[in-house]
Amino acid sequence: MKASNSLWKENTLNHIAPSLAKEIDVFESEIALKKQGRIDDKVFAETRLRRGCYGQRYDNGRRHDGRTTRELQYPAGALAKGPNTMWDAPGMQRIKIPYGGLNAAQLEVLAELAEEYSDNIAHITTRQDVQLHFVHIDDTPSLMRRLSAVGITTREACGNSVRNVTACPIAGVCQTEVFDVTPYAKACAYFLLGHPDCQNFGRKFKISFSGCRDKACALARIHDIGAIAAVCEEDGVLKRGFEVYVGGGLGPVPYQAKLFTEFLPEEELLPTAQAIARVFARLGEKKNRNRARMKFVVDKLGIEEFKKVVAEERLLLPYDERWTAYLKDVSQYQEMPLKPSAPLVQIERAHAEGFTEWRETNVEKQRQQAYATVTVALPLGDITANQLRSLADVARKYTRETVRSTVEQNLVLRWVSESDLPSVYNELRSANLHAHGAGTIVDVSSCPGTDTCKLGISSSRGLAGELRRRFIEKNGSLDQAVKNLRVKISGCFNSCGQHHVADLGFYGVSRNKNKYNVPHFQVVLGGQWTENAGAYGLAIGAVPSKRIPEAVDRITGKYIAERNPDESFQSFVKRIGKAECKRILENLMEIPSHDADDSLYTDWADAREFTIGDLGVGECAGEVVSTIEFQLTDCERETFEAQLQLDRGDYAGAAKTAYQSMLHAASALLDWKFFAHSLEPDSIVSQFRSHFFDTQVFFDPFVGGNFAQYFFRAHEEADAPKTPESAHRIVEEAQLFLEACHACYGRLSAEPVKV
Amino acid sequence: MKSENIDHVNVKIFAREPDSIDLGDAIPVFHRWIREVVLDELVIDVADYRHVPDGPGVMLIGDEANYSLDCAFGRLGLLYNRKRPSEGTFTDKLLQAFGSALLACSRLEDEAVFQGKLKFDAGQCEVIVNDRLLAPNTEQTWIELRPELEAFFDSLLGSQGYTIKRVGEPRERFRVALETPARIDSSLLQHTASGNQTQLRA
Repeated sequence: MKASNSLWKENTLNHIAPSLAKEIDVFESEIALKKQGRIDDKVFAETRLRRGCYGQRYDNGRRHDGRTTRELQYPAGALAKGPNTMWDAPGMQRIKIPYGGLNAAQLEVLAELAEEYSDNIAHITTRQDVQLHFVHIDDTPSLMRRLSAVGITTREACGNSVRNVTACPIAGVCQTEVFDVTPYAKACAYFLLGHPDCQNFGRKFKISFSGCRDKACALARIHDIGAIAAVCEEDGVLKRGFEVYVGGGLGPVPYQAKLFTEFLPEEELLPTAQAIARVFARLGEKKNRNRARMKFVVDKLGIEEFKKVVAEERLLLPYDERWTAYLKDVSQYQEMPLKPSAPLVQIERAHAEGFTEWRETNVEKQRQQAYATVTVALPLGDITANQLRSLADVARKYTRETVRSTVEQNLVLRWVSESDLPSVYNELRSANLHAHGAGTIVDVSSCPGTDTCKLGISSSRGLAGELRRRFIEKNGSLDQAVKNLRVKISGCFNSCGQHHVADLGFYGVSRNKNKYNVPHFQVVLGGQWTENAGAYGLAIGAVPSKRIPEAVDRITGKYIAERNPDESFQSFVKRIGKAECKRILENLMEIPSHDADDSLYTDWADAREFTIGDLGVGECAGEVVSTIEFQLTDCERETFEAQLQLDRGDYAGAAKTAYQSMLHAASALLDWKFFAHSLEPDSIVSQFRSHFFDTQVFFDPFVGGNFAQYFFRAHEEADAPKTPESAHRIVEEAQLFLEACHACYGRLSAEPVKV
Repeated sequence: MKSENIDHVNVKIFAREPDSIDLGDAIPVFHRWIREVVLDELVIDVADYRHVPDGPGVMLIGDEANYSLDCAFGRLGLLYNRKRPSEGTFTDKLLQAFGSALLACSRLEDEAVFQGKLKFDAGQCEVIVNDRLLAPNTEQTWIELRPELEAFFDSLLGSQGYTIKRVGEPRERFRVALETPARIDSSLLQHTASGNQTQLRA
């Protein structure tokens, strides 16, 4: 789409690690192959998901306009980027930010990408990622190259993979943490990124690192693996490790993670994570995606059996030096301040308007004397390109570019000298980034919901925006107990807005009245944010979307009026009970007829009559594609590259690449049928001959074993000099051999696989 | 850089007395534009960013382009953000972007909910090239594009007088601000377009 797309590759070449550059080149080739119809829709969908390229609402080419469903005539016609997903439909690009760590250059590049490829907004997610919306798939390789040039990869941001590894945003500067979990989170993220043991999951896999047990920190209890810093004394020496929880997750039915071990020594962190990943890949559900998260494996086996299976798997792992290589630098890991520390000089009425309120809610003292963290509260997690640049300036001027994203959809500046707080406030204010109320009721979190998500039922962002506006309006008059509540909203039951762990949680549902659909939110009360998301809330009942503000007023009003001294909201909800909570909302749940009052039949910030007809098939779970399908797709790309080399007159290179593609295809078949085999070319050829050729299972019904003979000959002639003719022939034969591999896989996969 | 390679020309036409309108009123208007196929371009959805200070406001998301009641730099205007490449020379692309932006402005002014409240003044506008690699916001780009921009505005405004200047810092996109007391509307643009075609034929 962008005129400059063809130039970014060359322009970023010297700034990208070769492995990342190769990864993006591969994806670009796959895009080209998809356009030629040479990659299956399902395979391409999972391929792009694993690069963070997600579908968006209306990408099936249909949209309800409030009266009827209309076809969207995208220019590329039937060309698809996945099952029922139009090529030209705008998509979402998720960008992984391990442990939320960002520097100024990265903020600036995100600003550029938001302007040039998206809608001028970067959106911080509830898992410390950044998302850009309305992005065209053709622009994604350039976008990825520009990110890679500043050290960011989108690899495995979506799909059935290890998602962003999150961590407490104030790790390292927190007053109550056991130790800084940042280097461990970073090591874990990059160790598992692209790891072969993490490529065959039935669904996504989420990991988080917390420094404290009692605070919300990184919400360990809602993760597949939640690691909380811990120490134990061994021979008089304090040894670092982790209290580890497994099998947590939100979704329609939330599961609290179970205690896996009270103390996992630091050197066991990565191998244990690897062993758990292998167990999940082996025992996790693959066909029914609704039962495919690891929480179901833990639940089915029971935690004791799960621990036993993981321990057995751990013993089978071949040693990997990366397990402990990073540990030698861990004790030295420490972010540094830019400026010397100095306390804030307090002069009454000397500070700018709003400074005191901002300091009260958005500034937290660090463990390090006279330094503070500053939370930049972003409305609904959104920040403009101009604001990103301004924030980059502040990060450079007052810190060593130490910025983190948070799961509450904000950004945190670390290592601000307290004496600089007034100046930082003034500079944030000039960029309109000075909103106070971080971590209070004003700071509403929300998933994208019906704005862009294919699964959204109700407008979570519309409601979040409305509630935020109302809370701001009456912020001065709100009781302190109410100010401290947290509100989190999801557009559907999948819980991306983390509504289960909020004081006041809402998730989108629909109700029908006389054949009309009415947008609703299920009210979930009393979830616990602290203690790493220690408890989930109670579902009370569904209230029409437009009446949720009234429901909030009633609930908070009752809490203020009837709470015992120092009684938390969780305790209050538990004490008065679900029935009483429901009773106070009951008449709000009654829906007038459409004729009597049609205002409830539309959603927040959406003028259309409400429908659930726009719901699409979600891509959260991705497509379950067997590893061999990826491997054969990769071989397709190699033969494609060989053709390009041939076109450039690089005959030796073309022949070599074509031969490699045959070798990899044969290896993929062996891998699929026999799991482990030698990777030596001679051995691959020999095993392929005995298992596929001599048995005739590879034989084509018409040409018999000819295609296999192409492979054998290419192997024999691998080192021979190449003429243009011989190179051309090998490239042609490689394509035919690859087709035969696909056919063989198709035939055999229709039969039960003998293990 | 060659100007004919440049694509993605954006135009922002500023509003007069912008405080008097509620941006939320644009949401049902844009939804109706989609339903009634008011524009020649494929438009897909409406995005609400009213909560973001100095942000994109309310957007009509399209395939060829996005339209927004944009509040960047604290100044309300109609932003036409061209996404798909368009045909022709740089001048043709300017004409296309101005034409689409002016049409949207005039339609918005005519909407009942905005009548008498929302007025655009194309004499106060900006041209943005949304591609940093081809057109970074540098003096060099300004030197290269200025003659074509001036030729375009000369043909549009004749002797009525105008000023153009490059604005913004180097990290921003290439952006040029126009100020003129002249009234720029669709008919003037059509006249310019036919003049350009005559020149081309000549």
